[in-house]
Amino acid sequence: MATPVLDKADAAGQPEPGFADSPYITVTFRVRRFNPEVSADAVWEDFQLEIDPKERVLDGLHKIKWDVDGTLTFRRSCAHGICGSDAMRINGKNRLACKTLIKDINPEKPITVEPIKGLTVLKDLVVDMEPFFQAYRDVMPFLITKDTNEPTRERLQSAEDRERFDDTTKCILCAACTSSCPVFWNDGQYFGPAAIVNAHRFIFDSRDEAGEQRLEILNDRDGVWRCRTTFNCTDACPRGIEVTKAIQEVKRALITRRF
Amino acid sequence: MSTTESPAAGVGPVEGAPLFDVDNPAPLIEAPRKRTKKTPRSTRGNFEMAAWLFMRLSGVVLVVLVLGHLLIQLVLDGGVSKIGFAFVAGRWASPFWQVWDLLMLWLAMLHGANGLRTIINDYAERANTRLWLKGLLYTATVFTILLGSLVIFTFDPNIR
Repeated sequence: MATPVLDKADAAGQPEPGFADSPYITVTFRVRRFNPEVSADAVWEDFQLEIDPKERVLDGLHKIKWDVDGTLTFRRSCAHGICGSDAMRINGKNRLACKTLIKDINPEKPITVEPIKGLTVLKDLVVDMEPFFQAYRDVMPFLITKDTNEPTRERLQSAEDRERFDDTTKCILCAACTSSCPVFWNDGQYFGPAAIVNAHRFIFDSRDEAGEQRLEILNDRDGVWRCRTTFNCTDACPRGIEVTKAIQEVKRALITRRF
Repeated sequence: MSTTESPAAGVGPVEGAPLFDVDNPAPLIEAPRKRTKKTPRSTRGNFEMAAWLFMRLSGVVLVVLVLGHLLIQLVLDGGVSKIGFAFVAGRWASPFWQVWDLLMLWLAMLHGANGLRTIINDYAERANTRLWLKGLLYTATVFTILLGSLVIFTFDPNIR
């Protein structure tokens, strides 16, 4: 265990005037905590951390869990913005904790961290994602073709045909969009932006042959027509998918394919 | 793994015995989209699409109808001061203005009612609240449309 420790304060020469010796600043994390084994009510708990503002919110949560309070519960897997497990409401906006730098969200004020809304909170920042995945499964997010034989060669597609649905292939199912949608907050019956995005990915895929079936599924009382184009989903998407545009394209497909 | 210290400030009970523990956790809010006996088998259909289309199409037509109406009634030819029984009777003598007003009445009422219906769907959280609000809305809409149509069709300029 002889790992050398870099002393950052002494390493460089004289710091520029106005620069502190240490890159670390004191940040308050205000975490919304809920433990059904202790109380039926959620409470805000403040944690003071010495942290480099170039670090991410997830690093702050790690610091809390590893050094301050091991009972803090949150999901994260890859910690690099691709697994979609650490979507949470940071300073009132749905983001991935692993893609949000502390310096970008005004560390002078307490940083609020809450579970995403509209889904049942199980503990602290962990929510029950089952309704979200139920809506996802309902749109049949897999390739469906009419010929029953195994293909003997690759299903080819032109670059233009691939480009048609490129935006919606980027979804990582983090639920940031669906849990930012005020229509989903109401009763949770709306399919939600994420399910529609993943339906869009197959409806506009030239290789897929069940687009009509998926459109029929989304032509539901709680399907695409409940979208109010508030653009919360587009703002929330950590992958930059134009979610509302995708929903509008599904609406247009429903109308143009019927009439 | 038992700790004698109380949990972090604010998380545990303030005083007295804890209400909830590992074997007796607090109730969670029921998850949405849970398939229960009350869940309808399928809520698919073209009604919502028709309603969505109607809102857009009727909106475009209403812009013309309502702005034209306001222009004629309030701006052109002496403005609001000219409006009287004779003015209304004169306009409704022509089938063109009868159709104009009838169309405006139906489209505006249905457009507004459908808008309120979606607002009720979006904001009322309990099924019962929804039912009552929508019942009230539909009653008022049907009443106004029927009464308005009756007046346009049975208007008698020689009434005394």
